[in-house]
Amino acid sequence: MMKIFGKVAAIVAGSALVATAAFAEDRKSYPAPKDHPLSEIISGYEFRTPETRALQDDDFENPAYILLDLGAELWSTADGAAGKSCASCHGDAAESMKGIGASFPKWSKERNKAITVEQQINICREEQMQADTWKWTKDPNMLGMTIFVKNQSRGMPIVLDNSPEMETVRKLGEEVYYTRYGQLDMSCANCHEDYYGNYIRADMLSQGQINGFPTYRLKWNGVGSTHRRFKGCMKNIRANPFKPQGEEFTALEAYMMYRAVGLPIETPSVRN
Amino acid sequence: MRFAALVLSGVFMASVASAEEIKKVEIVDGAVQASLTGKPGDAVAGAKVFKGRRAGNCLACHGNKDMSGEQFHGETGPIMDGVADRYSTEQLRAIVVNSKKVFGDHTLMPAFYEVDRLSRVAKKFEGKTVLSAQQVEDVVAYLLTLKE
Ligand code: HEC
Ligand code: HEC
Repeated sequence: MMKIFGKVAAIVAGSALVATAAFAEDRKSYPAPKDHPLSEIISGYEFRTPETRALQDDDFENPAYILLDLGAELWSTADGAAGKSCASCHGDAAESMKGIGASFPKWSKERNKAITVEQQINICREEQMQADTWKWTKDPNMLGMTIFVKNQSRGMPIVLDNSPEMETVRKLGEEVYYTRYGQLDMSCANCHEDYYGNYIRADMLSQGQINGFPTYRLKWNGVGSTHRRFKGCMKNIRANPFKPQGEEFTALEAYMMYRAVGLPIETPSVRN
Repeated sequence: MRFAALVLSGVFMASVASAEEIKKVEIVDGAVQASLTGKPGDAVAGAKVFKGRRAGNCLACHGNKDMSGEQFHGETGPIMDGVADRYSTEQLRAIVVNSKKVFGDHTLMPAFYEVDRLSRVAKKFEGKTVLSAQQVEDVVAYLLTLKE
């Protein structure tokens, strides 16, 4: 944890001790590569209560499995004017989709931009299946298919595409991550880099990692996407969020994969 | 836990200061000399600002023994016990108005009476301060009661 003390260091120190006491807890962590902003990489799972973790640990209890099952069904259901399903082109997802969730967003040469799993799904629907596209953040079909695709990488460590194009995308994402937004004038780093492991009201701050998305969130009483979460955090600081699946959030997602490098994919996770 | 989740949604949902005119407040040497309203604040109203999720929501970040009856004290900021022994009225006012001018740009603590240099503020909060001038004075009056 990087905690910078101002002039008031001496006065603050007493209470900072209390604040950092939470770190004494035993959280499974992964080593960060050289020059990484975090000294250790920790999944959001480690910051949740035993009750919430238990819901994720048991596939039969995990409420997101309804959508995972929906995704599995849609995988081989033909849709659109071309009369094709995902399976028509990609066959067995356990083979063809393995590793996708651990490496996207990826650079698309044809489109000259980075694309997320969700965007790839809609590209396939539009161009290959000639089917309607799905809405980004709340459409159960989109959530189900994204979960199904990413779930094929469950347990696989996040890896990075080191192409110069993706480096440039991550640079933009990094800028978004460290910029203060909103009336409360905070950056993602303020909460998730400087203060993870500490309570903010009733919430124990995590590193804000994205390895479990789409996630079932008790507060949402449903499943939500990575970009829905980004949007929620921006709204909490009273900022005008970027558009889901727009350039900034896609870049932010790409950068967050760098912050999560080595962390195993958990999709679908359960959070409070 | 479901209860906690419900409460969470209010972490930073404080209301907007009314459409009063925003005064220029000068912070010199980490202090604001004059009351923003020309009047002293009300400590009882200030306690409500401190804990209110729709007001200052200071409790989201600061533990405070004086409010041990309240649930969910945050721990990202220093504990407020004895804060009046550590700072003067003028310093506390400056911290609440714009703590960045006191602690430096890195601080997590939002500025509660400041609208400049903000980026992508949600429409509904545009051009508005988090607290009204009166609420700033009230919360300062409350902080001044926290002696050890
Ligand atoms: C005011 C504090 C605050 C700020 C600023 C903030 N967040 Fe969060 N964020 C939270 C809280 C509280 C949670 C829920 C508990 C947790 O996992 O930290 C959360 C959760 C998350 C999660 C879910 C983690 C998981 O394991 O499911 C992600 C991802 C995330 N934030 C990303 C971001 C990004 C990106 C930004 C900047 C655009 C940001 N946050 C800004 C407070 C904040
Ligand atoms: C999002 C977190 C956050 C919120 C909300 C917040 N603060 Fe703070 N506050 C901090 C942090 C962090 C510090 C430590 C200063 C630093 O960054 O070095 C601090 C410092 C202070 C101090 C100095 C304490 C000391 O012992 O040195 C006072 C007084 C204070 N805050 C009052 C308030 C009041 C009053 C409110 C609400 C109107 C408030 N804070 C809301 C995070 C917060």
